[in-house]
Amino acid sequence: MSAQPIKGPLDDPWSRMMTAAIAGDEGAYRRLLEDIGRSVRAMARGAFARAGVGDADVEDAVQETLLAIHLKRHTWDPEQPLAPWVYAIARHKVVDALRRRGRRKVEPLENFEEFLAAPEAEDPHALSDARKLLETLAPRQRDIVTSISLDGQSITATAKRLSMSEVAVRVALHRALKSLGAAWRRSIE
Amino acid sequence: MKTSELIAALAADPVPEPIRLGRRIVAALAIGFLGSLAIYFLRLGPRPDIAAACDTMRFWLKFVDSVAFALPTFLLTLRLARPDAKPGALALWLVAPFILLAAGVVAELMIVPQSAWMPRLMGANAMHCTVTIPMLAAPVLAALIVALRAGAPLHPSLTGAMAGAAAAGVGALVYASSCPDDSPLFVATWYPLATLICISVGALAGRRFLAW
Repeated sequence: MSAQPIKGPLDDPWSRMMTAAIAGDEGAYRRLLEDIGRSVRAMARGAFARAGVGDADVEDAVQETLLAIHLKRHTWDPEQPLAPWVYAIARHKVVDALRRRGRRKVEPLENFEEFLAAPEAEDPHALSDARKLLETLAPRQRDIVTSISLDGQSITATAKRLSMSEVAVRVALHRALKSLGAAWRRSIE
Repeated sequence: MKTSELIAALAADPVPEPIRLGRRIVAALAIGFLGSLAIYFLRLGPRPDIAAACDTMRFWLKFVDSVAFALPTFLLTLRLARPDAKPGALALWLVAPFILLAAGVVAELMIVPQSAWMPRLMGANAMHCTVTIPMLAAPVLAALIVALRAGAPLHPSLTGAMAGAAAAGVGALVYASSCPDDSPLFVATWYPLATLICISVGALAGRRFLAW
């Protein structure tokens, strides 16, 4: 990951951030996802370019990877560094995205590590399938996801507006994210 | 939706009750094993001449070989459940049950006259064996697939197939004391056939239920 030798298994920044996130540090989790998003974006752009596919769907691959990382957090073994785990998921999702575009034979992607050093910013105009997939959610779930993601409201404010308890909003949000992951998978098949 | 918006939603999603994947899969194995034992005691039971059978090497080879097959396939299933899995040297242990069985077959061919080879291979209950091992494996495979849904296997079919193999190993272990045929010639023919059935079902189930 870096030029310095890694002393312990959790000595790299990503593993540290994920450990903090699992312990409940929302800020660390957000920073980690942004970091990972930038690296995956760079990797996906490279892979799409080499497959001769325009990068219209790059942001989909990034978002799908982030959602998968979120829903499968518990499959990371905290004794192991995070980056290889992230890379495995990202590669899986990028290959899926290319397959969806009719690229059956996908070359193995180059070393993910080099993208860690060269993160790329999100294209602000890129819209993704996620908005389309939001339509497949139940109205209440969609309302909650939109409220928190697009409108940037807090859980507390959302709960107040919908006259729900905070716990109910959290549960609904979690279910909505899971169904979003499932909808994404169905859209591939 | 922009990626930054998705990240906002993900970060707001609270930390769930931690899932201990390895523990879940081990627990599934234990539950499936109990289910398998229940079928054994309800439908099969030990063979009548079990006391005499215990004195022969052939009888015990069935148990040793089942364990030698169930153990590495189960450990590989555990590994395959994670996306950054590396099978590593563990995969080499898969040859152990085959070497063991081959040694048994060679010994049997040397001890038994040629005229007895075919009768021993066909045994008394080839069909029963081929059907019963998958039946005993079914609860194990079902429990493993349910537990593996919490995982993130990069190769769902392969992971399901490996779970099917581990289930077949457990099924064969449970079946061994009921099966009246002990000849390695019989075991090397019909047990693998039953195992192939379990592996195929596992691969299909993996493809269907373990994609994410």
